[in-house]
Amino acid sequence: MNRDRISIAIAALGGQGGGVLSNWIVELAEANGYIAQYTAIAGVAQRTGATIYAIELYPESKVLGKEPVLGLMPVSGDVDICIASELMEAGRAVNRGIVTPDRTTLITSDHRVFAIGEKESLGDGRFNADAVRNAISEAAKKLIIFDMDELAQKSGSVISSVLFGALAGSGTLPFERDKFEKTIKASNRAVDVNLAAFALGFDHAEGRNSGHEADEQKQGAPVSNFTSHVEKLPEEAQPIITYGLHRLVDYQDAGYAELYLNRIECFKDASAELITEIARYLALWMGYEDVIRVADLKTREERSNNIAAEIRAADRQIWYGHDYFHPRFEEFTDILPAGLGRSMGRSKLWRKILSPLFAKGRIIRPKTISGYILLRTVANLRFLRRHSYKYQCEEKRIVAWLDLVMKFNNNNPEAALELAKCPRLIKGYGETHERSINRFSRIMAYVENHEKEADLASKIIKLREAALMDDNGNTLKACLTNFNQVELNSDDGKNREFEWAGSS
Amino acid sequence: MAERSFKKEVEKLRLGEGEEFRGEGILAVTKALLQAGVSYVGGYQGSPISHLMDVLADAEDIINELNIHFETSASEATAAAMLAASVNYPLRGAVTWKSTVGTNVASDALANVASGGVTGGALVIVGEDYGEGSSIMQERSHAFAMKSQMWLLDPRPNLTSIVNAVETGFELSEASNTPVMLELRIRACHVYGRFIARNNKIPDFKLQDAMENPNRDTSRIVLPPANYLHEHEKLKERWPAAIEFIKNRKLNEHLGAESGEIGIIAQGGLYNSLIRALELLGLSDEFGDASLPIYVMNVTYPVIDSEILDFMDGKKAVLLVEEGHPNYIEQEISLILRKAGCETVLNGKDIITDVGEYTSDVIKKGVEKFARANGFFGNSTFETAKFDPIDVPARPAGFCTGCPERPMFTAIQLVEKEIGKFHVSADIGCHLFSILPPFNIGNTTMGYGLGWAGASAFNKEAKKRTLSIMGDGGFWHNGLTSGVGNAVFNQTDNVLMIVDNNYSAATGGQDLLSSKGANEKRSTQHAIADAVRGVGVKWVREVRTYDLVDMHRTLLDAMTTKIKGPKVIVAQGECMLNRQRREKPLFNKNVKAGKRMVRDRFYVDGETCTGDHACIRMSGCPSLTLKENPNPLKTDPVAYVDNSCVGCGHCGEVAHAAVLCPSFSKVSLIYNPNFWDRFKSSIRSAVIGWLQKGVERKRLKRLKKAGLV
Repeated sequence: MNRDRISIAIAALGGQGGGVLSNWIVELAEANGYIAQYTAIAGVAQRTGATIYAIELYPESKVLGKEPVLGLMPVSGDVDICIASELMEAGRAVNRGIVTPDRTTLITSDHRVFAIGEKESLGDGRFNADAVRNAISEAAKKLIIFDMDELAQKSGSVISSVLFGALAGSGTLPFERDKFEKTIKASNRAVDVNLAAFALGFDHAEGRNSGHEADEQKQGAPVSNFTSHVEKLPEEAQPIITYGLHRLVDYQDAGYAELYLNRIECFKDASAELITEIARYLALWMGYEDVIRVADLKTREERSNNIAAEIRAADRQIWYGHDYFHPRFEEFTDILPAGLGRSMGRSKLWRKILSPLFAKGRIIRPKTISGYILLRTVANLRFLRRHSYKYQCEEKRIVAWLDLVMKFNNNNPEAALELAKCPRLIKGYGETHERSINRFSRIMAYVENHEKEADLASKIIKLREAALMDDNGNTLKACLTNFNQVELNSDDGKNREFEWAGSS
Repeated sequence: MAERSFKKEVEKLRLGEGEEFRGEGILAVTKALLQAGVSYVGGYQGSPISHLMDVLADAEDIINELNIHFETSASEATAAAMLAASVNYPLRGAVTWKSTVGTNVASDALANVASGGVTGGALVIVGEDYGEGSSIMQERSHAFAMKSQMWLLDPRPNLTSIVNAVETGFELSEASNTPVMLELRIRACHVYGRFIARNNKIPDFKLQDAMENPNRDTSRIVLPPANYLHEHEKLKERWPAAIEFIKNRKLNEHLGAESGEIGIIAQGGLYNSLIRALELLGLSDEFGDASLPIYVMNVTYPVIDSEILDFMDGKKAVLLVEEGHPNYIEQEISLILRKAGCETVLNGKDIITDVGEYTSDVIKKGVEKFARANGFFGNSTFETAKFDPIDVPARPAGFCTGCPERPMFTAIQLVEKEIGKFHVSADIGCHLFSILPPFNIGNTTMGYGLGWAGASAFNKEAKKRTLSIMGDGGFWHNGLTSGVGNAVFNQTDNVLMIVDNNYSAATGGQDLLSSKGANEKRSTQHAIADAVRGVGVKWVREVRTYDLVDMHRTLLDAMTTKIKGPKVIVAQGECMLNRQRREKPLFNKNVKAGKRMVRDRFYVDGETCTGDHACIRMSGCPSLTLKENPNPLKTDPVAYVDNSCVGCGHCGEVAHAAVLCPSFSKVSLIYNPNFWDRFKSSIRSAVIGWLQKGVERKRLKRLKKAGLV
């Protein structure tokens, strides 16, 4: 359909500057002989929700005595340019029908702003970005897509400036580049950074700098002492094993890494996939987090550099971190020698005597001398780790898990593989750790008691997913009940001695 | 007023005869009020009419020059009652609010003013929050116009038509002694457009004239026997007068083709969407030159029988485009046709959907069906390309970054962990977002300020108490009496938590009685706790929301204490949106000026983060998000704080209170450090740097020994 109107829809999130962008487009158009109308629904959408701005432009030269009737919302099949400030919003715009292959140029940022539903998952709740990229490229007449958030950050500006640049670079509006820039200058706010961001957006949209920079390949550390052993294991598992070895030497010492390797070698006849998963989760589990490890990580120079980069501290800017710790009585007994740790952990008297020490969280500043020394002192307890109570507990579980995987590997390799993946559930410290160990244990207990079950592997997958569904464990409970599992006592998780191995 | 300034918009109110006004729809309405010689304006803020009030609040000079009284009313009922000034005196007045919720509140006063009738023009501007993005129940203001007999204007959504509707609305009101409602849909309120302005007018008859020479007419008061006469008057005098005026002034428009076999009747507010639908069906050009005749109802109540019958004359079928349920206009037109024995077929919600917003897409589908049934289009179709729905996440509204209300709901989560779930009666305001993820807290909401009233039935001895929530806006609107006073009088044993964030935050950060900042034009700084004690609550606690430990302890105490009687917690924390609006420019200015400034923000150690996201489930802060796990062995993403963090401190408080992983760190960045800062820092980095090198050497040695470097 031939017409003189230009219809634009902007899909943005609250706070991304969709209003500013709309204003710029209106000012640009009005300054260059166009009538402009725009409207938006702010309100609730302002607070993290998704908003659509509708803009319509009409050349004044075509107005002959009567005003064009301009729309107040984008209509299917009628939108010339759709601008999305985030990848999922581009997908949503397509779902709303405002991107059509006969008409619409879709300009979208490729970055993600995660929705609360994605963020709150106990595991990985992120939506599939590649599926969205594929779908939107089919829906649009022309697609301009790149990570505008990154460019905005690079230029110290906001995404609306990059979007404005991309709009100019797309060539879809009948205005020259300098007219766009004039609009930014006229706004008189943060002109320099906005122009820099605009330029980046313009160049990318025009196709300059459009190639994706190759992802930096993480180099596995070269292997020497362990090389001959690792090389005998399947090739696809080798990078993970190497990484695991590196991590465990870093975590403890070479002897500990050797133990890791020996344990993997027990599975040398198993499938490459199983060995990979065992290598992954064994490295994580053997490198379990305790206060020693945390103190060590918090005092590294590398960490300081990471923080400085992330908080965008200026060169040589002074900053201090206030690190939040809340060790409990349990974290204390964890690092005591096994016998002492166990008996103190069980002692109500000790718990009571020491409780004032652990009642409140504390804040430590690793960039002060006293804070550093305190943390370093704890980190230096590394030499005691393999005698600690926690070490003993974890060792017991690890061995039991490995035994179980081994056992299944002989007659039900699918189930063995799924079992090998179950330590994904085990996370963190404190209560999170107890809760996750509890769930892991329930699944292990189920498996032990239902060895001969049909589709055991798929049941393990279901249980694992159920365990990641909610905080209170209701989904897992329901799933277990569904599988006719005899209910375990819900207090089991609180009992530190709770072991799934051998329970019936 | 609020932290946002409308000085620029205010200047537009000064435009004179022949000058072009460019701006938002609701601002055009404000200008139209001044052009119409209004004497007083009142209202209660709320989307989509907040700007009308915000701008007037900043336009003191103009208001004084024009001798207008503007006030931010305590509630919509207060605003509606203000129209009493037009009953006895030739004073033009306008009041405004969000509809239908505000009209619900105002209806008592509206019914009174509509019964007695008015002398001066009385205009009720309702911002209709209906359809996509609406935060309220989907109802129509139309019913209020019908039940109290007020005329309802629904002009075409362009600024010229809207401005004309304001001015003719006053005239209609005066010609028929009836208050007039001007209904503006949300998009029309926010539409940016243009119109040619006229001079502002100072009314001849002043408010002072009325105050100094009061006039009394008992026949205008709703009391027997006058109230019976009012009904008679409404039907026999005011109604015919209104019909006469609307017809003579041609308020309803005949657009499109002169005649045709079929035609369309539409509410004025839907005109632009209708034209776009027709254009896409090839039945109109871009200027609205349609090939079907259209009868545009800029006045949707009353319906003018003769105009309807004239339009129907000679037509086979007519489609009525009427948004919202129930289909009052369709019912009325059906009755008119039936009584007149008119044979024209009336289509409406049988063809267009009977629920939801009438977008152009919806109207297009309906018109296509209607026209096709009447022999249009032949084989041509108007389908647009369809795709399989893409899987995208929902984006429910949530609390802003650093919002002081967040810790209140985290505290509720913590208390629920200890004593189990309890009934939570929610209210209206930003805090209602607690209903949504990640908090999922709140069982019902019964209206503005009605949080505690909503729990009043649960006044029995039980093992658990109920908790009610109320914002400061709702509290001053009516909650002090309907909630707190009611609870004291009826001796409840339950708990109320009031959000004291210094503003009417959800409606745009307007000031209210308990605002902490001084305001030259309004009296602020009246403590909520004093008011609560004043009506007789003994158990009152004031808590700083960001202090999660205290927040948690106080709430637990309130829910479990042996002390009987109503319990009120006033949870204090300034609205972060407004605070940032005030502090950020100041901070930047100070940094530029070379002053020592400290900025806090949070940081998560990706290496120690467990990837369990418990911190997110207890917060939902937009700045607390996800990133790839830095550990290649782990697949689950880790928590990450982006640069929008304002350092409110909640993440750290949660990490402590809920015993989460030791990954959170508050980072304080120092700008323009002084000598002492630099001295300390250089000593510290020298010592720590030296120690770090030693440790690093040992670590590398260990790795080297294993051959891993």
